[in-house]
Amino acid sequence: MTTPATENPPAPAAIAPPVNPASRLAALEEAILPVVVALLVAAIVGDVLILSFGQNPGTVYRLLFEGTWGNAYGFGQVLYKTTTLTFTGLAVAVGLRAGLFNIGAESQLAAGGFAAALVGLILPPGLPALVTLPVYLVAAAIGGGLVGGVPGVLKARFGAHEVITTIMLNFIVLALLNYLTAAHLKVEASLHTEEIHAGGLPRLSSYIAAFHGSAANVVLFIALLAVVLTWWFLFRTRRGFELRATGLQPAAAEYGGVDVRSVWWRAMVLSGALAGIGGLNFVLGYKHYYEDAFATGAGFLGIAVAIVGRNNPIGVLLAAFVFATISQGGLAVNAVVPKQMVDVLQAVVIIAVAASVPEVRRMLRKGDR
Amino acid sequence: MRKLLLLVGALVVAHVALLFVRVSGAAEAARPDAVNVGIVLDVGGLGDKSFNDGAYRGAQRAEKELGAHIRLIEPGEGADREAGLRLLAAEKMDLVIGVGFIFTDDIAQLAKEYPKTNFAGVDYALATDRAGNPVPPPPNVAALKFKEEEGSFLVGALAALVGNSKKVGFVGGMDVPLIQKFEAGYRAGVLAVCPTCTVVAQYAGVTPEAFRNPGKGKELALNQYQQGVNVIYHASGSTGLGVFEAARQTGKFAIGVDADQYNEAPGRIVTSMVKGIDVAVFDMVKRVQDHKFKGGIYTFGLAQNGVGYVYDEHNRALIPDSTRARLEQLKADIIAGKISVPSTR
Repeated sequence: MTTPATENPPAPAAIAPPVNPASRLAALEEAILPVVVALLVAAIVGDVLILSFGQNPGTVYRLLFEGTWGNAYGFGQVLYKTTTLTFTGLAVAVGLRAGLFNIGAESQLAAGGFAAALVGLILPPGLPALVTLPVYLVAAAIGGGLVGGVPGVLKARFGAHEVITTIMLNFIVLALLNYLTAAHLKVEASLHTEEIHAGGLPRLSSYIAAFHGSAANVVLFIALLAVVLTWWFLFRTRRGFELRATGLQPAAAEYGGVDVRSVWWRAMVLSGALAGIGGLNFVLGYKHYYEDAFATGAGFLGIAVAIVGRNNPIGVLLAAFVFATISQGGLAVNAVVPKQMVDVLQAVVIIAVAASVPEVRRMLRKGDR
Repeated sequence: MRKLLLLVGALVVAHVALLFVRVSGAAEAARPDAVNVGIVLDVGGLGDKSFNDGAYRGAQRAEKELGAHIRLIEPGEGADREAGLRLLAAEKMDLVIGVGFIFTDDIAQLAKEYPKTNFAGVDYALATDRAGNPVPPPPNVAALKFKEEEGSFLVGALAALVGNSKKVGFVGGMDVPLIQKFEAGYRAGVLAVCPTCTVVAQYAGVTPEAFRNPGKGKELALNQYQQGVNVIYHASGSTGLGVFEAARQTGKFAIGVDADQYNEAPGRIVTSMVKGIDVAVFDMVKRVQDHKFKGGIYTFGLAQNGVGYVYDEHNRALIPDSTRARLEQLKADIIAGKISVPSTR
């Protein structure tokens, strides 16, 4: 008996993991439920904190809502903050997917914004945004990518731990940028450079009048594009697969033929570049100049965004929106509760998410039986 | 799964229940019957024991004596400055105050968009025209300027008189013209009473961070005390708390700034150069209430009690009567214009 030579190759479905709607739903539940529980816990902690300040939780949450989603200006501010946080969140998430904890998004963001501003000061004024935008994107990506790449290369070449090197590089880069701004580039009696006249990006308010005054600008759409591209890269390309494999188990990835070292430094360059492009939000979209310490904390908050977003680009976008809301809401309620309450609330969200992920998973598993 | 749904349900119920808790005496956002004043503080925030707290004290006084209603906003990042001012302007506050020179651009921008709202900027940075004269701010903006050099002159003279050393110290926060003004006046004051003295002047940095770095302040101060300095004047926000720590540790003396800082290191603080931010804030609120608010440049010097030095029951023991008399004489001379105090290095 002979096997027919014309035997069909196995159907593609046999290679791809079986996708059944029920397991998809379960995966979605597993992703979303912990966050819902965590946000509820945070809301309750917020209630108690508000009460401890002698205020009515209902009133404060109403103010918070009105100041964020309740009017176009507030919503625009939330979108503005979401944009920066999406970039820094993506940066940290890409690093974590490769098994690297990038704590340097803070300085990578600043370096990207600074590089873009430098280029902007050199470019002839009056160039249309369509011509200058690619230049700015490349400049910001190089600025952030360089700062991210150094720890990447140090890790790949010498095995230096990226947590140490990225933290330390934050100090070096921020001090250097500060020196360059304060000593050479600033306008008198300010902390910012001259205004850029070449192809600044329009704010959303020039399309939708209701956004008037808010800092939201078209860099938001670049952020959305970055979310899609990062997702596609991570889950639909070979390099993305190699990156994730390295993150899950470097030894196994290496055994499988992945050049783990080059994945490390490439992931750090990509991570830094993403954070760097985030700098465009302030420099090109909002103020049209580089201001020293323009986004203090946004890089570090990116770590929280990545963790709450479960290192998934879509999750990062949603988490960025949540943290942006809390941050803007904090300003809106600042009259009745101190700013520190909002900082505490942010921390509670992070802790609650970290704690509820395994717990909720356990409860879900139990339900399966 | 059922357990999980129960958990989510319980959390929702708990949260909603808490939303309905009413506390008596909780603040409401705006009051139509009072003068509504919104203040956006500098990045240092409340509790810096100097600059921001000074503005807050003025606001509290206005609340108590004028019945004004005050809203405070503490910004987190750079973009929050404009957002804070805008929130307050949009709520139709009668007066919106930005505390710190860094608000200058934001106030100028918003003053254009809200021409009917009154704005005031503490240390508002005035642009200068080609001839070097200050350009007045927009018509609805009050630029609150202080003659820090005059107050610094007096504490400089005091430092030289009580210091018992040919070296006197200065620790600045961020190295900017605003803080250099303190140094210039201080230096002039030292030299006015002790021409052979030298001033050791150092700055904590070149960023706003330099105003909240007590570790750096302590380091600089210890170094200066080591060099033989006995009295250090600081103009450095909460960085100065480190200077006081060094004074306590070495048993030497320091001079506070902006507010009376005696309590930060009792017995070690000879005096404080008080900058009347509270006076200025209160003054602006009062002007708005009396419908006398006008844009322009407001200068607060020794003559207006906008700056001065502390002399009270706490530090009386540290300042001999003869020294006190000398200082009062210098003060009178400055007000009379007999001494002109430099404001640049």
